[in-house]
Amino acid sequence: MNPDLRELYQETILDHNRHPRNRRKLEEADAEAHGHNPLCGDNVTVYVQTEDGKVTDISFDGNGCAISTASASLMTEAVKGKTLEEAEAIFKEFQEMVTSTEQEQDHSELGDLEVFAGVREYPVRIKCATLPWHTLNAALKGSESATTE
Amino acid sequence: MSAAALASHYDVERIRGDFPILETLVRGRRLVYLDNAATSQKPVAVIKALREYWETSNANVHRGVHFLSMKATTQFDKARETVRVFLNASSTQEIIFTKGCSEGINLVAASLFSTASPKSSHGNGSLSPLEPGDVLLVSNMEHHSNIVPWQLLAARTGAIVKPIPITDQGEIDQNAYDDLLGQGRVRLVAVNHVSNSLGTINPIKLMSQKAHAIGAFVMVDGAQAGPHLSIDVQDLDADFYTLSCHKIYAPTGIGVLYGKKTLLEAMPPYQGGGDMIRTVDFSGTTFAELPFKFEAGTPNISGVIGLGAAIEYLASLGQGESLREKLVHSFAQFSDHENRLARQAEDQLRQVSGVRIYGQAKEKASVISFTIDGVHPHDIGTFLDAEGVAVRAGHHCCMPVMTRYGIPATARASFALYNTEADVEALVKAVSNVKEMFA
Ligand SMILES: Cc1ncc(COP(=O)(O)O)c(C=O)c1O
Repeated sequence: MNPDLRELYQETILDHNRHPRNRRKLEEADAEAHGHNPLCGDNVTVYVQTEDGKVTDISFDGNGCAISTASASLMTEAVKGKTLEEAEAIFKEFQEMVTSTEQEQDHSELGDLEVFAGVREYPVRIKCATLPWHTLNAALKGSESATTE
Repeated sequence: MSAAALASHYDVERIRGDFPILETLVRGRRLVYLDNAATSQKPVAVIKALREYWETSNANVHRGVHFLSMKATTQFDKARETVRVFLNASSTQEIIFTKGCSEGINLVAASLFSTASPKSSHGNGSLSPLEPGDVLLVSNMEHHSNIVPWQLLAARTGAIVKPIPITDQGEIDQNAYDDLLGQGRVRLVAVNHVSNSLGTINPIKLMSQKAHAIGAFVMVDGAQAGPHLSIDVQDLDADFYTLSCHKIYAPTGIGVLYGKKTLLEAMPPYQGGGDMIRTVDFSGTTFAELPFKFEAGTPNISGVIGLGAAIEYLASLGQGESLREKLVHSFAQFSDHENRLARQAEDQLRQVSGVRIYGQAKEKASVISFTIDGVHPHDIGTFLDAEGVAVRAGHHCCMPVMTRYGIPATARASFALYNTEADVEALVKAVSNVKEMFA
């Protein structure tokens, strides 16, 4: 295996792509949004259930590349049980991690999500990683759709 | 000479030497460039022509009486004649320079059906404005640039855009086409000569005959035919034919629109400005003759000169007396080479578990669209890139094709005259390893 590729496709990403967590339609969702990346045709729908300002359940559906599928899967795990403010803070930090050009950064707070740090080196794939997050954000802000454009 | 004998004469290593970029190392690996349908690489002959133009001839054309302007104008005009031969058009008045294939189609969409006189019938069709309910037939395998201009036109006029269905093999369903031609007032048929997503070579001559028989015009998108087929617009009898020249070894930003002279003469200008007028007066302006009527503003002079150099380069690889003969011979040789590689690649890719090939037309150019079960085409693209293999992954600006086959995207390998068997091997080897990682 090419070592460059290993940086991008970390084992956790491959695992979440093969076995996505929380990939289902959430019947009782009180918010949902559809995300689309016109460049590669990635499609994702994010369903959220909230109570007292907390994400009590979250799931996703759709099809996309390994990066976007794993990102959606890991996102659902990362924000479940978090307050809306916490979820937003994670999104911000995630976005900074994958877009920043600075080499030395500490994103250990992101936990498992740190596996996406390698995406930084592949500018056209950054949108694949952020699409589920933009879609979650759209759902929480009450808009129906998000695109990466 | 038989195809086999031609192929054995084909000196691909010598040709590769004409393309410096092919020596690029991709993260230490040999570049295997198989994204030629997106854009081709440029030979030294073109790079040199551009450099020489900038260093020795740069001036505006058709304006100055000075030395440089005349020099630039001579080269510019010569390139138009070279393009005429490339397309076998009967006159350079039928060769309009644009910035690309899309602009050529937009020009026709903007200008064709806008002649005031309702009786303005030309050859096979009428130039009168579209009326609500008039039909524009657009094949289901078109690039967005041969769909959207027609949709915009339809939105302005009340005309209807109807898709011409394609078969599971990726060919235009000719029976359905016949039926559609008989339904309503069909004014135009828009079809590509070669599909960029499926590789299909469409029977343009036949489709033109059928369209003309019912009084419809034919707009052919030749973007992907230009690099592979020797084109004869008179034989095809299409009313309009466009090229995207960066795909035929010329610089970006230059395209060609061919149109039948009688039609171009009757059509109003597309854009107004300098160079496209005869006299300008506030009491009324008269327009320049063809082709200048359709070329407002300073043209892409270096692009045109680079295009001339690209066509001459292709001709230099063939044998014959005239430029046309050399081109026809050269295209026969290198497209035979490209097809051999592509069919070899297809045969080997089919052996790889999970690979599906989209586009199995009987007449097919060296373009291979494929998917691998369980792996998204973008991941295929990134994986192949790590091995130095450049392919395109996505919908290829053909969303209706993706919808037709129920897929979000494909990976596409497309060949050019400088590809080799080693390229095929690298592609197949990389594709064989994709599944191991993702599945
Ligand atoms: C079949 C086809 N039509 C049209 C185009 C658009 O050409 P251009 O980008 O020169 O406008 C392309 C290339 O991208 C193509 O492959």
